[in-house]
Amino acid sequence: MIFGLSIIFILTSILTVAGALAAALLKNLVHCALSLTVTFAGLALLYLQLDAQFAGFSQILVYIGAVAILVVFAILLTRGSGIPEYRNFSTSWFAGLAIAAGIFALLAWAVLKSLPTSVASAAPQVTVQQIGLALMSSYVLPLEIVAVLLTVALIGAVIVAMPESRDPKSNSTQGGAE
Amino acid sequence: MKISSAFWTNLDQVFVLLQHWIEGFFPQWLQPAIGTVLAVVAIVAAFPGIFALTTVLERKGLGRIQNRLGPNRVGPLGILQPIADGIKSLTKEDIVPLTADAAVHFLAPVVLVIAVFLGFAVLPVGRNMVLVNLDAGLLFFFAIGASTELSIFMAGWSSRNKYSLLGAMRAVAQMISYEVPLLLSSVVAVMITGSLSTVKIVEAQSGFTGILPHWYVFTPWGFAGFVLFVIAALAETNRSPFDLPEGESELVAGYFTEYSGFKFALFFLGEYLAMFSIAGFAITLFLGGWGAPLSILGFIPSWAWFFAKLLAGILFFIWLRGTLPRLRQDQLMNFAWKFMLPMSLLNLLVAGAWRFLGDGWSRWVVCSAVLLVAYVLLGRVLMHHQHLGARSYRYAE
Repeated sequence: MIFGLSIIFILTSILTVAGALAAALLKNLVHCALSLTVTFAGLALLYLQLDAQFAGFSQILVYIGAVAILVVFAILLTRGSGIPEYRNFSTSWFAGLAIAAGIFALLAWAVLKSLPTSVASAAPQVTVQQIGLALMSSYVLPLEIVAVLLTVALIGAVIVAMPESRDPKSNSTQGGAE
Repeated sequence: MKISSAFWTNLDQVFVLLQHWIEGFFPQWLQPAIGTVLAVVAIVAAFPGIFALTTVLERKGLGRIQNRLGPNRVGPLGILQPIADGIKSLTKEDIVPLTADAAVHFLAPVVLVIAVFLGFAVLPVGRNMVLVNLDAGLLFFFAIGASTELSIFMAGWSSRNKYSLLGAMRAVAQMISYEVPLLLSSVVAVMITGSLSTVKIVEAQSGFTGILPHWYVFTPWGFAGFVLFVIAALAETNRSPFDLPEGESELVAGYFTEYSGFKFALFFLGEYLAMFSIAGFAITLFLGGWGAPLSILGFIPSWAWFFAKLLAGILFFIWLRGTLPRLRQDQLMNFAWKFMLPMSLLNLLVAGAWRFLGDGWSRWVVCSAVLLVAYVLLGRVLMHHQHLGARSYRYAE
């Protein structure tokens, strides 16, 4: 216990913050993406320390398994992954700093406002089954809306990826699969 | 009779008793930690042991299938071959390409092996034999499995080699595509059990009707789910016929082209361990885990059943590798999105119908008929649109 924080919490927080700093400061874009993955893993560990198994595992499944892969794919398919020729510090750094400080202030204000007045008792035990039941009963409408949104996104992606001209004649003469 | 039943019970729990016996030598407050360390050591020792056995089995088996002898020089019938292989890979020079990204190149095999070993934590290998009984055990396994994709990308990208990068891109695309049917086909077992805990899934299958077991594979939705799961598992572990990422005839060796010495051995180990863990989960989800296949065989220890089933699964994978030709990239993707995904989604509906149709023979008829009709129709439609001719290229002509 240091400053009332457990050693495991301090280690995972250092890992998370270090990953985030590396993601912002490293020059090679793929290194940045990989450091961001370390941050995702650190966040998952923090969730697991709070006994939020479902949130922690979902964080790993979605962010490390899908989002990180998407990021590296996007980097590789667009600009290449070498060290960029231009300088890392652009001229609009002041605006970036102001926006970052503003967002930090907003989040800090929100966190401070939502702090409980008294020290919370034992954390509530939430099982995966309870989460599932809640999603299927009281939160079924948001769940359905998200499902529709994702389906629309999926169909949109397929339409974007489809070849522009669907000429039936050339299709049948060429044969073969696409 | 009483003595013999006690003997079989003790034999069933022999590893658990051994763990408690060793724990007894340590002070009370240290015992949980020691117990965990012992279980981890057992996992880290047992599965690489099976890996060594599998390399010989695979090389001998493929040799038989391809009408040649296979390794037969080291030890009697060549069974000491893995020791020779291990010494060779330990003593070989570790070559890192000059332009490679040294740090990422080093980390990739390490991340892969760590992630794969973590997956064994929630695998029940026997009665009371699971490292951690997580409430969301299955989710943990899939989350860990998803993070191995990143290590494959790291290996391919950091090598600065066209073949490595192409292999890694293929591997990641394939693993992401087949992860969807893999997850969806395992959801049916979760739906019927009502729990994500691997231990509870095995317990739900432990009953018997007469002498026949209540394994999920013996139901229509369970059979369809099992077949879909095994196909997706083959693709997820880059095994033949889905071994495009390392197709040696086109990509040298795919993402580990630039690895040598022990790092290459780590990739090899990681791939085989991933195969064991995913086969172990197929057994847990559909084949009754550590349960005996007939009620009269219940006296044989639970761990023996698990490892016997695992070995049978490995032999099946080796047999498939020796039999089937490799798929083409477009066939692979078509198969994943046009056949596996609709079938696994339909299987979810069928499992729901099974749950609500109540006991009786009607649910057997309805569920089997729906799955069979869908299978035939999907096959017909797919084959109808599959113009099997020369490949047409969109960009490379």
